[in-house]
Amino acid sequence: MKPRTIIEKIWDAHQVRAETSDTPGILYVDLHLIHEVTTPQAFSELRSRGLNVRCPGRVLATLDHSTPTLPADADGNRAYVTAEARQQVELLEANCREFGIELHGWNSEHRGIVHVIGPELGATQPGMTIVCGDSHTATHGAFGALAFGIGTTEVGHVLATQCLLQRKPKSMAIHVDGALRAGVSAKDLILHIIGRIGVGGGTGHVIEYRGAAIQALSMEERMTVCNMSIEAGARAGLIAPDQVTFDWLQGRPRAPQGAEWDRAVAAWRTLASDAGARHDSEVHIDASAIGPTISYGTHPGMVTPIASAIPAARDAQEAKALSYMHFVGGTALTGQKVDVVFVGSCTNSRLSDLREAAAIMRGRKLADGLRALIVPGSVRIKREAEAEGLDEVFRAAGAEWREAGCSMCIGMNGDIARPGQLVVSTSNRNFEGRQGPGVRTVLASPRVAAIAAIAGIISDPDAFQECAA
Amino acid sequence: MKPLNQVQSRTAVLPFENIDTDRIIPARFLTTTERAGLGRFAFNDWRYREDGTPNSDFPLNQAEARGCRILVAGDNFGCGSSREHAPWALLDYGIEAVISSGIADIFRSNALKNGLLTIVIDASEHRALLAAPGIELVIDIAEGKISKADGSTIAFELDRFARHCLLNGVDQLGYLLEAETDIRAWESRRATSPFSTERAA
Ligand code: SF4
Repeated sequence: MKPRTIIEKIWDAHQVRAETSDTPGILYVDLHLIHEVTTPQAFSELRSRGLNVRCPGRVLATLDHSTPTLPADADGNRAYVTAEARQQVELLEANCREFGIELHGWNSEHRGIVHVIGPELGATQPGMTIVCGDSHTATHGAFGALAFGIGTTEVGHVLATQCLLQRKPKSMAIHVDGALRAGVSAKDLILHIIGRIGVGGGTGHVIEYRGAAIQALSMEERMTVCNMSIEAGARAGLIAPDQVTFDWLQGRPRAPQGAEWDRAVAAWRTLASDAGARHDSEVHIDASAIGPTISYGTHPGMVTPIASAIPAARDAQEAKALSYMHFVGGTALTGQKVDVVFVGSCTNSRLSDLREAAAIMRGRKLADGLRALIVPGSVRIKREAEAEGLDEVFRAAGAEWREAGCSMCIGMNGDIARPGQLVVSTSNRNFEGRQGPGVRTVLASPRVAAIAAIAGIISDPDAFQECAA
Repeated sequence: MKPLNQVQSRTAVLPFENIDTDRIIPARFLTTTERAGLGRFAFNDWRYREDGTPNSDFPLNQAEARGCRILVAGDNFGCGSSREHAPWALLDYGIEAVISSGIADIFRSNALKNGLLTIVIDASEHRALLAAPGIELVIDIAEGKISKADGSTIAFELDRFARHCLLNGVDQLGYLLEAETDIRAWESRRATSPFSTERAA
């Protein structure tokens, strides 16, 4: 039999109807994650057609984008940025009640960023098809699931039929060979990969990340890598499940239990791409050659090793980006004054990320006049961090310790910076205006971001650690 | 969705690569629970200066771009966020077709489901269109062909199902609802072997 990739295996197993040259295939969706921003119009569509949610048990909802990250006041009032933001949240609450969907709302200890809570609950499992009206759905691929973002019309399709019309994507294998150097994180790796293949390099493809350096990553790190697949233009990115995956999942609320667990693991072990399976394209990356990496432009493909100079603009597009960033090609990135640091987002808001930032901030103070927002990915992570005293570390340094949510990654809740300010951010998008009109965003790992918060300037972590030692 | 056969218009050109959906409609306008009326926010932060006045440097604000229904944009248009508000905003603004040398997957899928035509053409044809804002084009969907006033044409490919849906105004949800028997059959197969990775029949 023809050897298959993990992508083909999951695809085949979920094909309700095969595609033809005239029609796309029909793909069954195991898990549908929803949040307040991309669903209101889909529920309206259902209502106007008199349709029901076909499988409410396969839908999982949370509140994350439009939610304030300041705690509720004594009367339980929350500081929504606008009345419209409040209405959007209340509408999702009402829609979930009406259609019988499990919502991790304000009172749930699992409320949080949709791509953080799926794994946390064990709802995200190997071999599944997972969709969400959100482009960072690729995060769930870290567990060996085929997970991708969809639009609101498609959210309606899945609510009504549990299926999507899809053409089979192409596959791209990214082999990361060797080992990452000490102090080089998963964030550095994925920024490097995007710089290498470009922001449109993965268009039309699902990426399978493979190789020794990928297998050596923890689940949190794998999520960071898969999360940013969309920044390379790929709708999905995944990693074959292995013992690391199974150990992370076992015992989580929605994971299979008992004999069912053993059956699941036995099946999940067969998901890995067969020896000899062909991907449509292949990329090889040497992990040992990667250092701390940071973005300097207005898309996530404009990245550079932190210690090197800002690359000179090669064309008008890059010149425009540099001018937006107020950067001059050929000058150093290190030493640039930083106004705000954001540690959070579905890329880097898990406990390991917070620990990484706290390790730098412990016993130190933020640079004068610098603002730092530390925003855990979920209520659960917030509690865990507090149990370890990380909140005290951040507060003592002068940083703001917030409630879980997307926060300054997208700024929909009002957590934004001011025009012209430079933000070092652990999130995933440095688009013009992403963190507020005129705001300049530099993408980095939690460690690099925390160091920038202390130093007040973009700093090479190796140099910082040496002078701190 | 209304059937769409042809788009005829002068072109407006945005010669920038990687125009992301945050550019097309910034996130602060996404708290809406409606899909109508988003055209006023299309390209908001390019269209308007900080004080709210129109930015005359922005190509779509220039007199010759008024009323254009065809947008020619730089490579990798629509990358980034999956927000369907982006095609809703463009359609409401009056754009009926986007032409580029590359269009991001999720944007393209969202656009076509709303009757916004997305066309990918080869890089040299694309360069020529970018260099000639304001020329009159006729896009024929059934024929897969863009005609210029001088009689020359550019061929383009469109997924056959997407083309069929555009031409006939097909409602894709209706199509999926009609597959209920197959969906149920899949579910009962799955119920007997929940973790199967078996080859499709
Ligand atoms: S954290 Fe940012 S990228 Fe992730 S889901 Fe929220 S807004 Fe999207």
